[in-house]
Amino acid sequence: MAYSDKVVDHYENPRNVGTMDKSSEAVGTGLVGAPECGDVMRLQIRVNPQTQVIEDAKFKTFGCGSAIASSSLATEWVKGRTINQALTISNTDIVKELALPPVKIHCSVLAEDAIRAAIGDWKKKNGVADEAGVEVAVAS
Amino acid sequence: MSLQNAIGHNGNGNGSNGAVAGTNSTGVVITSSAAPLPEGVHLPLYMDNHATTQLDPRVLEAMMPYLTGKFGNAASRNHQFGWEAEKAVETAREQIAKLIGATAKEIIFTSGATESDNLALKGVAEMYRERGRHIITQVTEHKAILDTCKKLEKQGFRVTYLPVQADGLIDLDDLRRAIVTEGPEKTILVSIMFANNEIGVIQPIAEIGKICHEKGVLFHSDAVQAVGKVPVDVQAMNIDLMSISAHKLYGPKGVGALFVRRRNPRVQITEQINGGGHERGMRSGTLNVPGIVGLGAACEICMNEMAGEAVREAELRDHLRAKLEGALDYVHVNGNMEHHLPGNLNMSFVYVEGESLLMGINDIAVSSGSACTSATLEPSYVLKALGLGDDVAHSSIRFGLGRFNARAEVDYVADKVIDVVKKLRELSPLYEMVKEGIDLTKIEWAAH
Repeated sequence: MAYSDKVVDHYENPRNVGTMDKSSEAVGTGLVGAPECGDVMRLQIRVNPQTQVIEDAKFKTFGCGSAIASSSLATEWVKGRTINQALTISNTDIVKELALPPVKIHCSVLAEDAIRAAIGDWKKKNGVADEAGVEVAVAS
Repeated sequence: MSLQNAIGHNGNGNGSNGAVAGTNSTGVVITSSAAPLPEGVHLPLYMDNHATTQLDPRVLEAMMPYLTGKFGNAASRNHQFGWEAEKAVETAREQIAKLIGATAKEIIFTSGATESDNLALKGVAEMYRERGRHIITQVTEHKAILDTCKKLEKQGFRVTYLPVQADGLIDLDDLRRAIVTEGPEKTILVSIMFANNEIGVIQPIAEIGKICHEKGVLFHSDAVQAVGKVPVDVQAMNIDLMSISAHKLYGPKGVGALFVRRRNPRVQITEQINGGGHERGMRSGTLNVPGIVGLGAACEICMNEMAGEAVREAELRDHLRAKLEGALDYVHVNGNMEHHLPGNLNMSFVYVEGESLLMGINDIAVSSGSACTSATLEPSYVLKALGLGDDVAHSSIRFGLGRFNARAEVDYVADKVIDVVKKLRELSPLYEMVKEGIDLTKIEWAAH
């Protein structure tokens, strides 16, 4: 399969790879996908409680090149946005930016889910009402 | 050998130039590090010899006259062009028969193993329909067998798909139990592949043949991956029908053969292609003379070199495995390694998704058990049949070593895979969680 230049670029030089302290109040963690599906994304955000601006974002992804690129791109896009702005990022934006073929659209959906899940987690921790809930994987 | 290398590398060199340009156009730079390539390594590097093999230059040399001046139709009985073509075909028949312990008259030429599999199964089913309607195969067969069986099921046959054990081998007791010897549901055919194309395991063919003959059931084997790689003897192994492909043993594409036993028992098959009655009525159509000559030459080379080559490939394979296992944690080998093709290594690099791994080693041609590249997104049914979880199946790579792979290439591949797996594990949340002692099976994953 031929990958777009942008997918290759994110795969070669993934942005914002890393791990934040998920127990921190300021950190929201979204863990989406499942190993048996071949894709697991973990996206973490650090949110300023006053401004609700996402000041930092990190990710780690188990998945194909398109999944890695989608999550890498998601971290770039959420940084500097408020959580409400970040919630407007849709999977179709990611598909467009990375020129994902139809068979890889699920990667973009997963990245959108990861953003929503991370924001949902932060809201829950910080007592902010959450309208649009997303299923989040929970470590028991 | 020098001729092979010269032509082989020339071929690779040409491919390399084209592929590097192609690679650059997609912007992949991971492979083009400044370090010069080790001696004996040419990119792109081919290590996918279960998919197909490079034509041996000696085979091409044998074929050449039949692609040029000796262009006769082997069925032309009344002139020299026909005679020399027919003679070449009969020589090839002998060469193939000799490699598998058959007689020349038992070799039927086809367009390849998919046709051979179709002809064997459909031909036997149609011929022996009145005797019984039951066929036995197993779950890790090639699609040429499985899809043909599905078609036969639609036509009223009952097909038993034997499971495989965790090591990829069938349980002979399962086979014994599955064979029906009485009534309209009597078993007429058992079709079990010789060696698996993904995991390289070699089934207990001689035992299966013995069981089938004791019970009076015909035995077909798809031996595409085995012929020319490991000893195959249709007499000693009681094989009644056997599929062979030329391009898996350094011959040309588009030609194969079906062995059809002529005595003890005499096997009859109903032809599936009509028109002229070639190949003793079993397969009509003008013979692919250059292809057949190539298949014959390829078999003769295998006959002469197989023993030494098998040792060499197994040693390289074990070296590759040792390097990978030495440098990486959470890797494991798929399939029984004692009953195994010498050139095959199927390994799971757990917590790394196979397609992303292939992307990182895109100057090396290997295959992935992950089917993220396919429309279904389903991982390999063969690996799943071993009981591997989908997550592990997604993490699997098939290395297919062949005649033209050198030790330097094996080292290059091992180093590259180790490098990319380590990089991707830095990116893998699963690897991090496991390292922290989290049990991934206890997590309620949000399916998508």
